[in-house]
Amino acid sequence: MVVTSKFKAGYFILFHISIQWWFVIVSVIMAEDLEKQFGEFVAVDSVSFTVEEGEVFGFLGPNGAGKTTTMKMIQCVSPKTGGKLEVFGMDVSTHQREIKKRLGVVPQENNLDPDFTVYENLMVYSRYFDIPRAKAEPIIDELLNFVQLREKKDTVIEQLSGGMKRRLILARALINTPRLLILDEPTIGLDPQARHLIWDKLKSLQSQGITIVLTTHYLEEAARLCDRLVIMDYGKILVEGKPDALVEEYVGTDIVEAENNPKVIACLEKSAASYDVVGNTIQVYTTNPQELTYALLQECELGHITARSATLEDVFLKLTGKKLRE
Amino acid sequence: MSYFAFPRLSNQVWKVWLRNKDVFMKTYKVNFLPPFLEPLLYLFALGFGLGRYIDVIEGVSYPRFIAPALIAISVMNSAFFECTFGSYVRMYYQKTFDAIIATPLSIEEVITGELLWGATRSLIYATIMLTVIAAFGLIELPYSLLIIPFSFIAGFLFASIGMCFTAITPNISSLNYPTFLFITPMFLFSGTFFPLSLLPEPIQYFAFAALPLTHVVSIVRSLTLATLSGFLLVSFAWVVFVSFLLFVLSVNLMKKRLIA
Repeated sequence: MVVTSKFKAGYFILFHISIQWWFVIVSVIMAEDLEKQFGEFVAVDSVSFTVEEGEVFGFLGPNGAGKTTTMKMIQCVSPKTGGKLEVFGMDVSTHQREIKKRLGVVPQENNLDPDFTVYENLMVYSRYFDIPRAKAEPIIDELLNFVQLREKKDTVIEQLSGGMKRRLILARALINTPRLLILDEPTIGLDPQARHLIWDKLKSLQSQGITIVLTTHYLEEAARLCDRLVIMDYGKILVEGKPDALVEEYVGTDIVEAENNPKVIACLEKSAASYDVVGNTIQVYTTNPQELTYALLQECELGHITARSATLEDVFLKLTGKKLRE
Repeated sequence: MSYFAFPRLSNQVWKVWLRNKDVFMKTYKVNFLPPFLEPLLYLFALGFGLGRYIDVIEGVSYPRFIAPALIAISVMNSAFFECTFGSYVRMYYQKTFDAIIATPLSIEEVITGELLWGATRSLIYATIMLTVIAAFGLIELPYSLLIIPFSFIAGFLFASIGMCFTAITPNISSLNYPTFLFITPMFLFSGTFFPLSLLPEPIQYFAFAALPLTHVVSIVRSLTLATLSGFLLVSFAWVVFVSFLLFVLSVNLMKKRLIA
């Protein structure tokens, strides 16, 4: 009796370790010196990152930073031109079909099938994943409930609002119960209500243990949703980390904004404060806004002055500059 | 990437075919109208109208002469337009291909599915036209029934031709170039409404070498008139060979266009 229970315990521990080992070793996405060139142009320039099971990982960056190209390589629709990229431990250049089977994709552009209704869109899509009709029907019902489109079941795509289309695309991406969800600007062009609804859905998916990779231009969205994120520019990853930690590391906790004039700048130069000039205002980065405000008011002749919390947007602009990207 | 690399395919191509079939069936009434109406219009205007001034042409009445051409033209048009304007709209405006390749299907399978659907449309149209024309007693049965399977093969040829143009066209209006410079001349000069033998000899050779409709008309006409000859096999071999070549080419061109 004793021997068997010991054996069982040992077996259990071994089993447990092997599962843990699997979780530790196999990242959901592993990129090493990943590169994408279009002719002469280097869209993604030797980037390395890993995404672990169950986390929400964000890609931020100005237009043309290489975010979407990176997403497309992960989705196995755009072949890489250099480096290594594995999804679920499989090489993207050789295991497209196996990877795509386990993937859900919300593309930047709405590409719902306008020839079909809401329900038909999901049904036709389920066929591409080889899901038999009898099995697809309950899944579709559940997904329509999840994205709150049950009443729109028989509506043609044309008559849906922007928010509804986005939600339907999210439902479509979930049809194959993916382990990894890729979202390229999931809330682009949506009103605040629609955006909050999508955020709620993504949070609930995260709590179900689905790994989520997203790109976004909305930094508030990234700060809210992402466990970890990278900021990209000109095809390179500039920084990587948790949103709060990045804010603290690169701009401090707070920002004091003052009117831009040479006197203030001269004064700031003396105090060795970290600051940036943004158009008509000067932003001073700090972890102690009260002290700084006081000091600035005392030493420099300031007109208007405001203190506010630092955000991810400040990190973003500090790292990528303020020049407009087209 | 080579232009003639043979595409790797699986039975998933039928999922794309099925998608297009489902869309087609949603509006089947309007889709079934043209193949029903077209032969009637042409037969009345040309066959029984203009044809009154023609006693015999190549040993047959004028309506019997043009009946097979009408079927061949419909085979050409239905597949060609499906895989040019139809495919272009799905590819560029609706982003349907992008949506499908985010699933386990590959771009090769999407394009092949499109071509198979184009060929199927030819088969559907040829079958309906055959029925209408048979009602006028203008074709020999049962030989003419072979036109049904043949329309799929010939349809696949025109679908592949169309897809090559779709792959290289810069925009949708440029698809009018192949339509007017290739399809319309073929419609008139492939032995359709008058025998090819009336044309100067070099042009006849050109027609057999470069105008696919010439071979399709000659095969369909042999079947409706039940006058089989050895040349039929040459024409058939030409159709099969060129279909295969352009199928592989069109898939590779599309891959080049869509996968960057």
